[in-house]
Amino acid sequence: MPTIADLKKGQKAKITHMSSKAIPLKLFEMGCLPGNEVQLVQNTPFKDPLYLNVNDTYLAIRQETAQQIEIEILL
Amino acid sequence: MGKQINVALVGNPNTGKTSVFNQLTGLNQKVGNYPGITVEKKEGTAKLSRVLKAHILDLPGTYSLNATSLDESVVIELLLNKNDKDFPDVIVVVSDIENLKRNLLLFTQIKDLGIPCILAINMADRMERKGISLDVEALETKLQTKIALLSARKNTGFDRLRQLIENYKSLPTQPCVNASEIDPEYFKSLQKTYPNQDLYKLWLVITQDVNFGNLNRNRIQGDGLEPKSNAELKRLQHKETIARYKFINETLRETLTKDINQAKGLRASLDRLLIHKFWGYVIFGAILFLIFQAIYDWSSYPMDLIDALFASLSELTKQNLPTGAFTNLIAEGIIPGIGGIVIFIPQIAFLFLFISILEETGYMSRVVFLMDRIMRRFGLSGKSVVPLISGTACAIPAVMAARNIESWKERLITILVVPFTTCSARLPVYLIIIALVIPDERLFGLFNYQGITLMLLYLLGFITAIGSAWVANKFLKMNSKTYFVVEMPDYKLPMFKNVAFTVIEKTKSFVFGAGKIILAISIVLWVLASYGPGDDFNQAEEIVTTEVQQSGEQLTSQELDTKIASYKLKHSYIGIMGRAIEPAVTPLGYDWKIGIAIISSFAAREVFVGTLATIYSVGSEEEETIKNRMAQEVNPILGGPLFTFASGVSLLLFYAFAMQCMSTLAIVRRETGTWKWAMIQLFGMTLLAYVVALIAFQTLN
Repeated sequence: MPTIADLKKGQKAKITHMSSKAIPLKLFEMGCLPGNEVQLVQNTPFKDPLYLNVNDTYLAIRQETAQQIEIEILL
Repeated sequence: MGKQINVALVGNPNTGKTSVFNQLTGLNQKVGNYPGITVEKKEGTAKLSRVLKAHILDLPGTYSLNATSLDESVVIELLLNKNDKDFPDVIVVVSDIENLKRNLLLFTQIKDLGIPCILAINMADRMERKGISLDVEALETKLQTKIALLSARKNTGFDRLRQLIENYKSLPTQPCVNASEIDPEYFKSLQKTYPNQDLYKLWLVITQDVNFGNLNRNRIQGDGLEPKSNAELKRLQHKETIARYKFINETLRETLTKDINQAKGLRASLDRLLIHKFWGYVIFGAILFLIFQAIYDWSSYPMDLIDALFASLSELTKQNLPTGAFTNLIAEGIIPGIGGIVIFIPQIAFLFLFISILEETGYMSRVVFLMDRIMRRFGLSGKSVVPLISGTACAIPAVMAARNIESWKERLITILVVPFTTCSARLPVYLIIIALVIPDERLFGLFNYQGITLMLLYLLGFITAIGSAWVANKFLKMNSKTYFVVEMPDYKLPMFKNVAFTVIEKTKSFVFGAGKIILAISIVLWVLASYGPGDDFNQAEEIVTTEVQQSGEQLTSQELDTKIASYKLKHSYIGIMGRAIEPAVTPLGYDWKIGIAIISSFAAREVFVGTLATIYSVGSEEEETIKNRMAQEVNPILGGPLFTFASGVSLLLFYAFAMQCMSTLAIVRRETGTWKWAMIQLFGMTLLAYVVALIAFQTLN
């Protein structure tokens, strides 16, 4: 399964699975949760941190967290 | 006086909650602390009608009712405690139009508490420009609440908000999301065990690590109820959040439309530049340079003015009040003491001016973003940048600013190393010593040696902070997950009112917080230097006069007075203490007077210059600058001037590394919850300072 870390700039995807254990509640609260849409807003050096738009919220997370969020790429 | 009701403002960070608070209360506000903790408590009053006044509490910003920090637990503790005197009659949830989706998560949680609740949607003036339209009435029905569209910037919509607050009794109090559907079995048995308690409140108490009044987390879990493991609870919290978002997304799909093409623009073009892999860093560097320029160059003018003012005030007091112990206490103890605090106001004010502008505009999040990768190598987080910058003014707000770092390990390391950054209290010490021992000449006729030295000291502080973070990261074995989430808010023009309030409040709390300690110490020092035990002190005049007569020296009366004064000082309480520690400081190149200044500096570094001023000025009649007095001092053991290049450098290094600030230790204790880390700082940093200063003096001398 691809993860958020595999997104290319501008690409949109739907979050399909996040392991409850590894992902902090805070990320859920920001709208980063299964079922919601995610888009990579801008390329950054080494893709770390990643600049995302999740469910209309702009946020940045680290690569290691992004690798744990599985997605289904939309376009 | 009419009736007064309690209103609480709750909302996500970056929603302009504080602007709404400022608009509602105007200047009728005060900032304090919640009892026992250092979370800022902002409260004010607003007149709603001729008979009704509102006491408005601006609660710390939070994304949800699941507290992960001290600031956030303040919100939930208040909202769960009906007996608190601030318990709200009505809650205003402040959100902003562009982030409504995320803001509504907190709203739906609060709605479940059964307290009357109004949704205030701020930044409504941006709707048209962003291509957003909202069906307010439909949203009100869906959320079972009343909505006020506000613009704090343009001051619109506040009449309706005041009206809604006034009529709070007619607001519906039903929840809009049924939390118990995430595990109906569990919630049913929960309700059965506690038939008189609100179900959602019980759930919150179980999932938080806090107890509320008679509701004890473990007791609820134990009372005939099948307890859930922490992992299970966490899974349920995730499930709850998903359910809430499902409701929110459905609700907004029907009531809010967004024209995507108009929504972008400014953010995209500014971000392309500000977090660019090259220009982003160049711009951040330029802004940092500007900040330091302001703190250390622009503020020198008001600082010189303040310095001169207090010197003449001291002189004036001496001339106009009758001579005696009381006058001396005022002129030599209290006035220089107060002056020592007031002189920091320009620097602190400049720093907070810049920090609050950077935060208001949304740029600070970009800095966090830019720096995260670099800082992580040293065991820090991108969010450590704010504490490290704040640390150049004062470590106390800096340690507190570390609160929003999510990972405990990264936060702890930030707190541990922040005191190495050159705080403004070190500056007066550096300035006077540099002026004494570094020649006022230019390298290649261009760079001033004194300026270079000062810059090197700042660099040294920063490098030591980063370096020790790296060491701490290697040694601290901690199984704390390092995760990092930062919101990238929209760019906004800063609001003058907000910036001004922040600068005034932060400066005030520094002056009164640190001020008390500095003032107390200068009074204690004055007393210790003005009194002494035994004949040596009390009959100093006769002893010295006889000595001089016996040796046949010819002295003017002025020279005689100076001699008496220094003999007196040597036998005062402070002199006795100073000579007791002299063996420890001699290897570093200091005499007992500097020893005293160092000891008193453990309360606060800025006391150093004040201490020397007090020690030297006690008994001296003529006005003389401290610098001249210091230059005249003779090394008691080696002879020659006391302040040489070697002893000066040794002293500079000692102040660069030593942990000399009681207030910082107290705040570290409070923020980490144990004395352990504060003591590690005190002894670790001071030992490092002693060793480095010792090596410096012994090699250079």
